[in-house]
Amino acid sequence: MNYADLFHVTLPETALEIAALVVLIVDLGFLRKVALKVRVAVAALLGVAGCGAGLWALQLQGNDWFTLFDSSGSGLLITGPYVKVAQIGILVLTALTFLLLIGSDFTRHVGEFVAVVLMASSGGLLVAGALDLLVIYVGLELLSLGLYIITAFAKTSGKSAEAALKYYLFGGMSAAFLLFGFSYLYGLSGSTNLSAIQLAIVESGPSPVFYVAWIFVVTGLGFKVAAVPFHLWAPDTYEGAPTPAAAFIASVSKVASFTLLLTLFQAWMIYGGTFDLGKSEADKILIHSDNTWLPLAAILLIVAAASMIVGNLAALVQVSVRRLLAYSAIAHSGYILLGVAVYKMHTYNETGIFETLLPVIESQKAVLYYVLTYGLTTIGAFGVVSVVERATGSGRMDSFLGLHKRNSLLALVLLVLFLSLAGIPPLVGFWTKFNLFAAVLGVSAGPVPFVLVALAVAMSAVSLYYYLQVLKRAYVMPAIDETPIKAHPVTLAVLVGIAAAVVVLGCFPALLQGWIESAYK
Amino acid sequence: MLAWTIYLSFAGALVQALLPKSRAGLARWLALAVAVAGLTFAVAGFVAGMGQGRVVLADVPWVPSMGIHFLLAADGISRVLVLLTGLAAIAGVLFSWNIELRAHEFFAFYLALIGGVYGVFLSFDLFLLFVFYEIAIVPKYFLIAIWGSTQREYAAMKLAIYSFAGSAMVLIGLLAIYATAGSHSTGLIELSHAELPVSFQMWCFPLVFTGFAILAGMWPFHTWAPTGHVAAPTAASMLLAGVVMKLGAYGCLRVGIALFPRGLDPWGFSFAGLGSWRDVFAVLAVIGIVYGALVALAQTDFKFVIGYSSVSHMGFVLLGLITLNQIGVTGAVLQMFSHGILAGLLFAIVGRIVYERTHTRKLAELETMHLSKRMPFAAAAFVIAGLASMGMPGFSGFVAELQVLVGAWKVNPWWAITAGVGIVVGVAYTWRAMQKAFFSDALPSAHVLEEEHGHHFAAITWPEVTGVVMLAGVSLFVGLYPKILLDAIEPAVKALLAGGGQ
Repeated sequence: MNYADLFHVTLPETALEIAALVVLIVDLGFLRKVALKVRVAVAALLGVAGCGAGLWALQLQGNDWFTLFDSSGSGLLITGPYVKVAQIGILVLTALTFLLLIGSDFTRHVGEFVAVVLMASSGGLLVAGALDLLVIYVGLELLSLGLYIITAFAKTSGKSAEAALKYYLFGGMSAAFLLFGFSYLYGLSGSTNLSAIQLAIVESGPSPVFYVAWIFVVTGLGFKVAAVPFHLWAPDTYEGAPTPAAAFIASVSKVASFTLLLTLFQAWMIYGGTFDLGKSEADKILIHSDNTWLPLAAILLIVAAASMIVGNLAALVQVSVRRLLAYSAIAHSGYILLGVAVYKMHTYNETGIFETLLPVIESQKAVLYYVLTYGLTTIGAFGVVSVVERATGSGRMDSFLGLHKRNSLLALVLLVLFLSLAGIPPLVGFWTKFNLFAAVLGVSAGPVPFVLVALAVAMSAVSLYYYLQVLKRAYVMPAIDETPIKAHPVTLAVLVGIAAAVVVLGCFPALLQGWIESAYK
Repeated sequence: MLAWTIYLSFAGALVQALLPKSRAGLARWLALAVAVAGLTFAVAGFVAGMGQGRVVLADVPWVPSMGIHFLLAADGISRVLVLLTGLAAIAGVLFSWNIELRAHEFFAFYLALIGGVYGVFLSFDLFLLFVFYEIAIVPKYFLIAIWGSTQREYAAMKLAIYSFAGSAMVLIGLLAIYATAGSHSTGLIELSHAELPVSFQMWCFPLVFTGFAILAGMWPFHTWAPTGHVAAPTAASMLLAGVVMKLGAYGCLRVGIALFPRGLDPWGFSFAGLGSWRDVFAVLAVIGIVYGALVALAQTDFKFVIGYSSVSHMGFVLLGLITLNQIGVTGAVLQMFSHGILAGLLFAIVGRIVYERTHTRKLAELETMHLSKRMPFAAAAFVIAGLASMGMPGFSGFVAELQVLVGAWKVNPWWAITAGVGIVVGVAYTWRAMQKAFFSDALPSAHVLEEEHGHHFAAITWPEVTGVVMLAGVSLFVGLYPKILLDAIEPAVKALLAGGGQ
């Protein structure tokens, strides 16, 4: 392993870790006696600066594929176009989380909170670019441990502790499943490198042990993305965690985990981008691959369908807005998994160089587009919920009664974000769903994907009902209490900014799609 | 020029949303100004487009990766329906002149809805059309839920769910077309030449057609319409019945029939006398005509009578579309225009002019009020609107329904005969409602009433007079001189039936 390469690849992670240390030093060293408000603001701004440094570091890395190899020559970490899209998303969403932190007072240990979030975020960056089982595992644990800690951060709240414990127990179990699955994969192939594992499996043909391993892996990752039946932690955690923590879990952790799922399926592509396989070799792989990966996709599709159904139907009866958002997150995971699972392996050019697998990229772009915009929208939604909760003391739906009278701007933001989550044009949520479903059908127009897309569209029609339940309280039903709700100016500015972004990206969908697209050229 | 109707309405909605709360008067005048400007553009576009085919108004790549264009264009059908929207928009503002509660929000939602409607009628890109179609759903919900009456939250949610379920069906169909056509354009004209496989058309056509027809009030998916119309504030019922239901019918024509010409072919076998999707939908349309009329005959609530009459009249539109012949489809488009004007007028009289003064819509209570003597303007207006709605020669409804019936007769005389029964029942329910509400001489007499209670109804206001005169005048004018619209509609229908337009 070349240490200069290592430094080059992990530049953004390094920036975040340094920022975490700076935050700790500044907060614990210099600001002990200062008012909490100032400490929160300073820590949050330092966190934002850290994310900015991370973005700058990504810029420095350049736009080409760059792989870090270990001593035996197999890839460990990669950076480059599509990984970068996910990493930029992670950094921006983390920065937004910090901005929403300003003005909150759930903890006195702000320095630690910001530092932990930064470290978790660097775990997310690692996961997004990992090519090796061990790196994946380390990155994932770095991310998850941070999430457990920030969930428990409201020390005076029993709910926060309960949520963290549930999250931790489920999470620990799922990590064990994941690691067990990984051990099988290693046993089958003798390597921890994803491409090597895939090659070994294709060459030896599919074996039952491989599918068992895959089930374990799906269990572990299904937990991270809150897919049914591994979703039980989500409602409690979303409800109990302090708002910035919940927003972070709902957005950044999702982006990282879905990018990882893409990588697991697509190490091919990255592999193909850097290696010359020779035509006969490539042919052999293509012949095998369809049969090999089909059961894997089938498992994901089942999970996806279950998530869509359970998430949407359970959300219908929720009275707490956070739990509603949790179930809606489960449903959204279902839609996204559809995009991950439907694949097609075909195109390679005549020279036999594994150039591109076009249709796969199509749905992959759509998946990235979906998670990024979903993350953005959901952070905003949690921001609105936190403002209302602080003013009314409860996150139940009824505390949104008469919101349009109490703070009309906040109500407008809520309207935009929730309609976007429901997928109403011209908001970005429509294009994400639309793009994803179209991509799925573009990859494979067979009856199974079509039925699943039809199910997804039907389920998102169902989802409008529960989003409207909240909006109905904000706009239609009479207010019980008409005292104005005051939001911290920074929070309000961030929320309005997010809502504006949702509208603009919805009216001009080519902006973000074009950017993601350009990462593939 | 026509494209400005869209931009102007959305800009108006935005400005309304930002207006201060206390300026209800300003909100009204602004809304009226936007609506009048919209109609001005619509008329100018109509006049400029006379004798022309399809004119492209704007064509900008929108989502390049999927080949979606921001493609606005207008042919004769679009121009007529845009004209209808402009008229309905003005009438709606005039009849909501008394809205004081959150007036600027009301007009913001109202103008957003209008903008979406204009957008649907002018879109010639499949997905752009769908986007505008969905934009129109949300404002409807809030208009009914916030400013409505009887069971408004229930009715609003029912309407939203029906609409969204319908548009979900449409979306599934559109995604399927996109995947099957495999072309890199989503323009309606290009897609209509895409030669989709017949088996695909056979299953996708009913999906898309039904999805749109839900919004057009096709039996048995019509139940949102009466409850929605009744619960909605007057302006919203006028728009719902007047133009929003037309969105559904327009979608059936522009997307359903134009993109799946083979979807209406015979199946090759027949089941219970039905041999193709065409038979199925024609039967549903005819049932809608007769059923809507019969149910309207039994209503005790004045507004429900009009609500069910909409279901019946929209049945004519669907029947006309499904005839697939020149005269039938032309009649359907003309019926869309005619019903848009007349339903607006009827809802205005019942929901606004009468209800605001009597505070009841129960026919049994109206019977005792002697409205023909105490509110002669309303009575006269209703007689005119009722006659027009029954299909009295000289009004727009007659020309339209006649063409539909002729078109239907050519395909299957039984459809025309059964639909004719609907017309007869239509005369009966209009007559019954008119008689009970205005001309009943049940005790006590008008004279006694006014003396006893010292109660006079408020005078008719200028917005009411203007609105009634405008709508009734348009219906009469079109009835006497239908050529002005038919000249625009006929070539467009011809082109559309010949293969999706030129």
